[in-house]
Amino acid sequence: MKTLFSADSLRILVPAFSLAALLAAVFYLQPRTMSYMGLNLMFNLAVPIALATIAQMLIIAVNDLDLSIGAFVSFAACVTATFLESDPLIGLIILAAAVGVYALMGVVIYLRNLPAIVVTLGMSFVWSGLAVLLLPSPGGSAPEWIRAIMTSRPPFVPMAIIASVLIAIVAHLIVMRSSFGVVMRGVGGNSRSVERAGWSVVKVRAMTYALAGTFAVIAGIVLVGLTTAADANIALRYTLLSIAGVILGGGEFVGGRVSPIGAVIGALTLTLAASFLSFLQISPDWQIGVQGAILIIVLAIRLLLNRRERREKRA
Amino acid sequence: MDTNMSERPVIEITGARKLFGAVKALDGADFAIAPGECVGLVGHNGAGKSTLVNVINGGLGLNEGQITLSSGQVSSDFSIRVARAQGIRCVFQELSLCPNLSVVENMRIAHSGLSGPGWRSQARSMVDELLDKIFPGHGIDSGRAVSELSIAQRQMAEIAIAFSSHGAPTALVILDEPTSSLDASRAEQLIAYVKTFNAAGGAVIFISHILGEVLDVSDRIVVMRDGKVVSDKPSSAFTVGSLVQAMGSVAAESAGRRTVAKRAVSEAPVIAFPRERDAVEFEAFKGELVGLAGLSGHGQTQLIVDLFMSVSGDWWARREPVAAFVAGDRIVDGVFPIWSILLNMTIAVLGRWQRFGLTDRAQEAEYGRTWHEKIGIRTPNLDHPILSLSGGNQQKALFARALGTSAPLVLMDDPMRGVDIGTKQDVYQMLREEADSGRTFIWYSTEMDEVCVCDRVYVFREGRIVRELEGDAVSEENILAASFGERVA
Repeated sequence: MKTLFSADSLRILVPAFSLAALLAAVFYLQPRTMSYMGLNLMFNLAVPIALATIAQMLIIAVNDLDLSIGAFVSFAACVTATFLESDPLIGLIILAAAVGVYALMGVVIYLRNLPAIVVTLGMSFVWSGLAVLLLPSPGGSAPEWIRAIMTSRPPFVPMAIIASVLIAIVAHLIVMRSSFGVVMRGVGGNSRSVERAGWSVVKVRAMTYALAGTFAVIAGIVLVGLTTAADANIALRYTLLSIAGVILGGGEFVGGRVSPIGAVIGALTLTLAASFLSFLQISPDWQIGVQGAILIIVLAIRLLLNRRERREKRA
Repeated sequence: MDTNMSERPVIEITGARKLFGAVKALDGADFAIAPGECVGLVGHNGAGKSTLVNVINGGLGLNEGQITLSSGQVSSDFSIRVARAQGIRCVFQELSLCPNLSVVENMRIAHSGLSGPGWRSQARSMVDELLDKIFPGHGIDSGRAVSELSIAQRQMAEIAIAFSSHGAPTALVILDEPTSSLDASRAEQLIAYVKTFNAAGGAVIFISHILGEVLDVSDRIVVMRDGKVVSDKPSSAFTVGSLVQAMGSVAAESAGRRTVAKRAVSEAPVIAFPRERDAVEFEAFKGELVGLAGLSGHGQTQLIVDLFMSVSGDWWARREPVAAFVAGDRIVDGVFPIWSILLNMTIAVLGRWQRFGLTDRAQEAEYGRTWHEKIGIRTPNLDHPILSLSGGNQQKALFARALGTSAPLVLMDDPMRGVDIGTKQDVYQMLREEADSGRTFIWYSTEMDEVCVCDRVYVFREGRIVRELEGDAVSEENILAASFGERVA
């Protein structure tokens, strides 16, 4: 009982219950979604969002915030739809260099003691600019292999669900189980103590940023696999969605308290919320507002639970 | 243990000098510790204990001096990494585990060699075994996040992690106030373990404000004062009384203090703040300089913050403020770093020159000129950025900010940290004048000469006021005795 409702398990339980409740509501409103096709359609676009959310979560784990994720995923998508399709080698080199820039960004933010929000906001314009240079108008085409993966139809369980579970497991292994993940979260929790133990904080942060860049690049590739074409603005809204997903999934802005499984659930919840609202026949004009309201409600529930727990602890 | 090895000190520091601006944190200190030895390190605030500890664990470089490793080799690039490779570990005064990680995961932070498959179970068995050995019946589940443990459990976990060894054997453990959150029986368990650790050839540096504990655990005690080692003898040569005496400097002339005029018995205090836990009730009267003394971090700042909160409005600032606050940690809660000196001085009183929501610049500048002269800030122009000033002059600007208000009560949270002696004299003078004109000052200071300037002093220990000293009783000896919890016979 005590361990079930500890702060760490609550971190997972609240988002899981929110997703289940939302899913039940959608099934009730539109029973036809309770099918292989229905689930796949609803969660398809959640896969790149889940990847971007994991990227954002890594940055948040070291107490920073990345406002360039959306622009960066758009850029990666544009590279995928152009170079990666026509000259895979050059495409790969560009994407690897972009990951390198991410690592460098982590180093500069730490060494110069700059606010990550400002640096990443600036970088978001750079990525957007590069994306427009690559694809001035929507176009390009998806590499055959990613198209094949994303449209494949495995038996029983739709691809979107398999991909989401896979992302959650891989991220969980890296962040929560691996020895690198421990040091990374340690930097978020108490960077001084990590330093005193003889670690190079700058190296850890560079690796964290590079890892985040890698997840964001994969998000871009997967997105093109789903949409078959790219556009310089294709993923701009991912920036805020990814932050909301991390927080919805039980992560906190500071202190290295994050949950990869929660983050994936958070991304799924946000995607599902949009479908839910369309099924309710709420006009798209209101949808964003209602999405925001859902976010606030979930956060309020979590705050109440946390507060109650703290009171119990003190008593 | 090889006998040849045990003759070499684990680490030896000679002629250590470390400057922080104008402050000499270490002024030619020598220190050595042999394997199997437990050395007690005592001294009052600013004596150089923590600086010495930080030099030994590699966190601070020396301006001058030499560090010799156990191999007999002089280390030219001593750093955290070198110190750790030498097997030097440290338990810091404030909690230094990562609160978001479990105890096992904190082991991973402490030992970079712990990785690869199975590191978790290896770390768990290591830390569990040590916890059982040092603190039998500790009740810590090492898989739980540190933030979910009680304060005492966190401290036990931190101690166990420091004593654990993986790769390089643990040669020296520095325990900085390790028992501050432990009850007496846990403290005894720790002391017993330190003795077995010593018997196995490990060295320990033990720092504590409970002198009885230091006498009990150490073989040798090093007393520091003003960045120097002033006494270094086997602990059998000390008593609690002689330790307190060794920590104090030669009784300096307390020139700043005047004899307080007898208060009328009926006079009401400007502020009273009774708290159940205090042995003496806190009160402050008109025109008084009240000092808060004791070892740093024993609840003085908390009292100042609580006092300030109790007299300031919750949502709206009061029209006539009751209390003004002078911050000690300038960078964190003092200056507005990108503003000019003038703007930093006038922020507290800006409302005075307001017309239609705009500030009358001419009046503001006039105010700045007055205080510039009165307080003697060394700058040609108040429009220069505040950070162009030296620390002491920045502090003067902050004093001007507080003194310019109409508040009858001024709270000061160790404001003279890192300020040169000349500025200090200026400020003492100014405080005295302001007090004579009826203001009340509540002054937390970590420096003995400042506390001795005060009319009345409350001494803190472990979060509570334990003693009140008045008039001639305000002396270094009495303050030391009260803050270390013993009466000098």
